[in-house]
Amino acid sequence: MRVKSLEWKKPTLWERFVESAAEIGRSITARVALAGNLAVFSVATVFWLVVKGAKRETLTPAFYNVGVLSLPVVMLTGTFIGMVLAVQSYPQFKLVGLETRIGAAINLSLVKELGPVLAATMLAGRVGSALAAELGTMRVTEQIDALASMGVNPIHYLVAPRFLACLTLIPGLTLFADLMGVVGGAFFSIKLLGVDWSYYWEYSRNMVGMFDVFAGMFKSVFFGAAIALICCHQGFRCGAGAEGVGKAATSSFVISFVAILFLDLLLGIGLDQIQTQFLGGPKGSMI
Amino acid sequence: MTTDETKKDDAATNGELKPVRVEPNVENGARPYPLPNLVGESNPEPSAERGENASERLIEGAIVVEDGVKKVLRRRPPLLEIQDLNVIFGENQVLRDINLKVRRGETVAVIGESGCGKTVLLKNMIGLIAPTSGRVLFKGKDLARASGKALTEIRTHYGFVFQMAALFDSMTIADNVAFPLRQHRRNMRRSEIKERVESLLEEVGLNPKIVANKTPAEISGGMRKRVGFARALAMEPELMLYDEPTTGLDPIMSDVINELMIEVRDRRRVAGVLITHDMKSAEKVADRIVMLYPHSRLEPDEPQMIFDGTPEEIERATDPRVAQFIRGEAGERLREMAAGR
Repeated sequence: MRVKSLEWKKPTLWERFVESAAEIGRSITARVALAGNLAVFSVATVFWLVVKGAKRETLTPAFYNVGVLSLPVVMLTGTFIGMVLAVQSYPQFKLVGLETRIGAAINLSLVKELGPVLAATMLAGRVGSALAAELGTMRVTEQIDALASMGVNPIHYLVAPRFLACLTLIPGLTLFADLMGVVGGAFFSIKLLGVDWSYYWEYSRNMVGMFDVFAGMFKSVFFGAAIALICCHQGFRCGAGAEGVGKAATSSFVISFVAILFLDLLLGIGLDQIQTQFLGGPKGSMI
Repeated sequence: MTTDETKKDDAATNGELKPVRVEPNVENGARPYPLPNLVGESNPEPSAERGENASERLIEGAIVVEDGVKKVLRRRPPLLEIQDLNVIFGENQVLRDINLKVRRGETVAVIGESGCGKTVLLKNMIGLIAPTSGRVLFKGKDLARASGKALTEIRTHYGFVFQMAALFDSMTIADNVAFPLRQHRRNMRRSEIKERVESLLEEVGLNPKIVANKTPAEISGGMRKRVGFARALAMEPELMLYDEPTTGLDPIMSDVINELMIEVRDRRRVAGVLITHDMKSAEKVADRIVMLYPHSRLEPDEPQMIFDGTPEEIERATDPRVAQFIRGEAGERLREMAAGR
C-alpha cells in the first residue's frame, strides 16, 4: 500500500492571522469553560456539604492533615516573617527617629496581611498540592470511577470533608501565624535591635485593633475555601499518567496562590471601606 | 451428550443453580427464553432444576395454559438495553448507533481492537460517561434521565471490576471489600460485615487471615484483581461489568479470573458484560460475543458492531475483520496505521 506524501504549503499572512486569532479564541474558551466547571464543582461541593454533611470516617483524617500537620510549618513561617519584618523596617524607622513605633508597623502588617496570606500560602503548598496529587492519582487509577460505580458520590465523599477542613481550620492557623509573628518580631526588635519594650507594646496596642485581627481571620476563610476547591478540582480533572498528576499538583498551587492574592486585594478593599465608613477609620496613627 | 449438557446434569444433581444456555431459534429468527424471564413470575426457579425439557424453552408471544388459564407470554425488559448510542468527545466520535441488550444470567463479551470504544461503552452502561445521544436503560430506567439519588440506587445493582482493580490505596483489603457494605447497608452490624468480607475473600480464593489487613500495595496484581472482584460482589449485584479483567495476568491467573466469572454467572445467576482482547477468555466465559470496530475506520453507512453471535458462531465468521481479530493477525494493519487510518 502506498502512502501519499503530504504537500506542505507555506501559509499566507492572512492565514497565519486567522490561525492566531483562532488559537486565542480557543484559549479563552478553554479558560471560560474551566471557570464554569470550577463554579459547578464548587456549588456541588457546598450542596453535598449542606444536604448530607461529611462522613466522620473521612472528616477525621482531613482535619488531622489540614490542621495538626500544618500547624508546625505555619508557626515556623510566622516566626520568621515577624523577624524579617523587624530587620527590614528598623533602619527606615530609625532614619526618621520613630524606631519605638516599629512594633505597630510589624504587628499591623502581620495581623491584617502577612499572617493570613502566609498561612494560606503554606496551606496551598503543603496541603493543596498534596490534595491535587492524591485526588489526581485516584482519578488516574480509576479509584474515583470506582467510588461512583459503587453508588458513592465522589464529591461528597472526597471533596466535602477536605473543603470543610480547610474552611474551618484556616482561621486557627492564621491566628497561630499571627501570634508567632508577633512573638518573633518582638523578640528581634526588643532583644536584638534594642527597642524599648514598653514603647514597642504601647504603640502596638494603640495601632492594632480587634477589627484588624478579625479582618485577617475573615479573609483567611475565603482563602481556605479557594484553596480546597481549586486543588480538589485540579485533582478531579487530572490528565493521564504521572505527568498529569505532576501538572495537577503544580497548577493547583499556582492557581491557588494567584486566587489568594486576588481575593486578598478584593477583600482588603472591601474591609477597608467597612472600617472607614462604619467604624471611624483605623484605630490609631503611626505618627 | 455434549460437555455443556453434562455440566448441566451435574449441576442439577448437585442442586447447584446453573442457567440454561439459550440457543437462537434459527428457523423463525426468534430467540427462545426460559421461564424465569416471564412477567409475573415473582420467584423464578433456576431453569436447570427443571431440566432440559423443550416445552419449557418458550418463545415470546407464545400462548401457554397455566391452571386452565391461557396466558400470552411476555418477556421482562432486558436487564440492560442500549439504544442508538452515540458518544462524541470534542470532534472525535467514538461510538456510533450502538444497540445492545443484556439479559438476566447472560454474559456478553465485547471485543475489538484498542481504541474502538469498548471501555467507553462499558462506562456508558453504568453512567460514568454520558451518551451524546441515545439511551442506556437498566431494567427499563434511563440512566441519563435518572436523578442523582436514583442513579446511586441503580448503581448498587452493578458490580464493576476495573482493569487495574482500582482499590483504595489508603484502606486495607478488608476495608476495601467492606466499603460498599458500609456505605449502603447501614443496618449491618460490624460482625456481619466482617463475616461477609471473609466469605467474599474466600470465594475469590484469598485467605482472609493473610490478606485482610494488608494494603493493596502489599499484594500481587492477581490478588488485587481478585480483591476487586470480591468488592464488586459485595452488594450482590445483578449485573457485573468486567473491564479487561485478565489483562496483565499470567495464563494461570487469567484462567482463575475466567473461572470466577463463570462461577458468578452460574451460581449467582448474575448477568455480565466482559470487555476483553483475550479471545480465549471471551470464548470460555461468554454466552454471546459482540465485536466493535474503530469508528475512524468505518465507512459512513457501516455499522460499528460488526459481529453479534455465540462463541461457536464467531469461529465460523466470514467477515475478514472478525476473522483477522480472532486469529490475532496484523495483516496490513501496520501500514494502515502508518497511513493514519
